[in-house]
Amino acid sequence: MSVLVKRLMMTTTIRLQREPFDVNAEVAALISDRTDIGAVVTFTGQCRADENGEPIAALTLEHYPGMAETEIARHADEAQARWPLLGVTVIHRYGRLVPGDGIVLVATASSHRQAAFAAAAFLMDYLKTRAPFWKQVEKASGTAWVDAKAADDAAADRWAAPPRQREAAK
Amino acid sequence: MKVLYFAWVRERVGKAEEQLDPPPGIATVGELMAWLAQRGEQYAYAFENPKVIRAAIDRSHVRADAKIAGAAEIAFFPPMTGG
Repeated sequence: MSVLVKRLMMTTTIRLQREPFDVNAEVAALISDRTDIGAVVTFTGQCRADENGEPIAALTLEHYPGMAETEIARHADEAQARWPLLGVTVIHRYGRLVPGDGIVLVATASSHRQAAFAAAAFLMDYLKTRAPFWKQVEKASGTAWVDAKAADDAAADRWAAPPRQREAAK
Repeated sequence: MKVLYFAWVRERVGKAEEQLDPPPGIATVGELMAWLAQRGEQYAYAFENPKVIRAAIDRSHVRADAKIAGAAEIAFFPPMTGG
């Protein structure tokens, strides 16, 4: 009996859009017709109904068209260089979102789970601190720009050391 | 060069983009911010704390000491809050 393992090129999908995304459809597209993928990790960022304990009615995401795509693509390439990935999907929405809406989707595919988990965390930490997007919230008291969080910078910084150093530091 | 502003930097300056021709003595991103800050009340407000403002030259992140010579597009914005 012969087993055919379908191997394709590493696929990268990066989209910025106003429209909602369908997580199941994106995962299906990522793994469609492939038998070399053994692990898919998805992260979905959702619009919450509060910011710093205050209720919000909506969130508006502004972005830098042109640079946002380039910056995400650069980090997808870096993730691919660091881990043996078979597919990466990043979808980031912009415009006005309401609580319950999806904001961002990161999906990573690999033969084994470790690479997929690590690459998804890496991509999200970088999206938070390096991708040119800005959130403005609508509260009862008016609109306010969301402040960047030091914890997000710290999360991104942990990937700055080369992988070998990180292993040694454990 | 084309200068772009985003988020609260855009709101404070009062415009999203403009064409600017800074004087030859302005060599770095930091110097450009200082020059912009003295262009009027709104610019002064936008650039009152240049340390918190991030910049990109031709769509790549740069630091305040980056040279602006040859730049086609320079953007100024607050720390990013995507994801």
